[in-house]
Amino acid sequence: MNAPVLDVRGLAYAYPDGHQALFGVDLHVHRGERVALLGPNGAGKTTLVLHLNGILSADSGGHGAGAVSVSGLPVEKANLAEIRRRVGVVFQDPDDQLFMGTVRADVAFGPANLGIRGAELDRRVMHALDQVGMAEFVDRPPHHLSFGQRRRVAVATVLAMEPEILVLDEPSSNLDPASRRELADILRSLDVTLLMVTHDLPYALELCPRSVVLSGGAVVADGSTYDVLADEPLMRAHRLELPFGFDPRNVTPRP
Amino acid sequence: MGAGHGHKLHYHGHSVVHRAPAHLKILVLLGFTVLVVATPGEWYAAFGAYLLVIAVVVGVSRVPATYLLKRSLIEVPFLAFALLLPFVAHGPRTDVLGLSVSESGLLAAWALLAKGTLGVLASLTLAATTEPHELLHGLERLRLPSQLVQIMAFMVRYLDVVTGEMQRMKVARESRGFSARDPRQWPVLARSAGALFIRSYERGERVHLAMLSRGYTGRMPRIEGRP
Repeated sequence: MNAPVLDVRGLAYAYPDGHQALFGVDLHVHRGERVALLGPNGAGKTTLVLHLNGILSADSGGHGAGAVSVSGLPVEKANLAEIRRRVGVVFQDPDDQLFMGTVRADVAFGPANLGIRGAELDRRVMHALDQVGMAEFVDRPPHHLSFGQRRRVAVATVLAMEPEILVLDEPSSNLDPASRRELADILRSLDVTLLMVTHDLPYALELCPRSVVLSGGAVVADGSTYDVLADEPLMRAHRLELPFGFDPRNVTPRP
Repeated sequence: MGAGHGHKLHYHGHSVVHRAPAHLKILVLLGFTVLVVATPGEWYAAFGAYLLVIAVVVGVSRVPATYLLKRSLIEVPFLAFALLLPFVAHGPRTDVLGLSVSESGLLAAWALLAKGTLGVLASLTLAATTEPHELLHGLERLRLPSQLVQIMAFMVRYLDVVTGEMQRMKVARESRGFSARDPRQWPVLARSAGALFIRSYERGERVHLAMLSRGYTGRMPRIEGRP
């Protein structure tokens, strides 16, 4: 019953060119948690994310060890379709994610790959777009939307698959402050487990009670976001820097 | 980067021509083009009639004629070729404006000019009155292999993205004082083109990853029930 949504054990991985990105990562995320994955550039965050839905694995080329399972289901070739339903990954550049002619077709792409058709497909598409406040744009081509709107549609494309865990790669990057706040409101309103890869530390503090720091391919800290951000030696050791003038001690936590 | 607004060929409107089903328009264009190409070059009146047909369709669609004419400049390289023909072709010669030109070459040039222009105008009319994604749906309904339609769909989708990227690279080059007036600077352009190719290739890989992440297995799902 209480299996973690995400269970990563001893995950190690080296790319086919020999570059080793992960050195034994352990990570558990439980249902309903919102977790920030922090770390400097090149820490292995993206490599880790690509393992969560089986895009990368020991048998996809490269050398790896360890195991990932999602709600008790191991990430293996035989389970890939179900794993990709359970783990929804939103990539950093919405132009990579939105490739169909209309917003509707793009949001329908995932659930249609799961074999959903007809009225249920329509319901999922509209529900997902409602959740991100983009329902009125359903028949527009994605490249006519603003960057912030495209980011929200990209989130909807994954929500339409009704995933158990939503994985976001740098959700706040390139957004203006208003779009950034709107996205935060949307993410907070979703009833879904969340893992958010980010360099935006105030955003992590705002949205995620828990943070995991990945550095040099290993987890070096795992605790409350406030404690992580307030731990100056830890932050300095792993090239994490707060924006000028930002002090987590002066932030009143959200109720 | 701002969002692109509209494809440069499409002219927004709600006329009968805009609303006609895309597959019908494609078939009409195809039929029309075949007819024009098959018409012997000496049937001058027929070409006048064809032009009239296009003019009527354009009139009904309310796309401004200048909008189409500007875009038909794409034909210019062919025109240059057509203008050469009377001088290089063999056969009996005749005098035009004091120049001795080949008769058969003149006729061939006229035919190339007339047929090319009609074809370009008709295609531009289709493009101006049909949204790219409707066009793709039309092709799909005409049973074009889905792989081909997919490739075209990706092209339509990423054309703006890649041109945007190209534009930004150009701005970045020029911001550093570069101008490509001199052939000696062409290697820089070649390297830019190479970088653009690599970037597009990598984007293709990222798009593929994003598709796999949403359960893509190699076939586009058929999504029916578009309201």
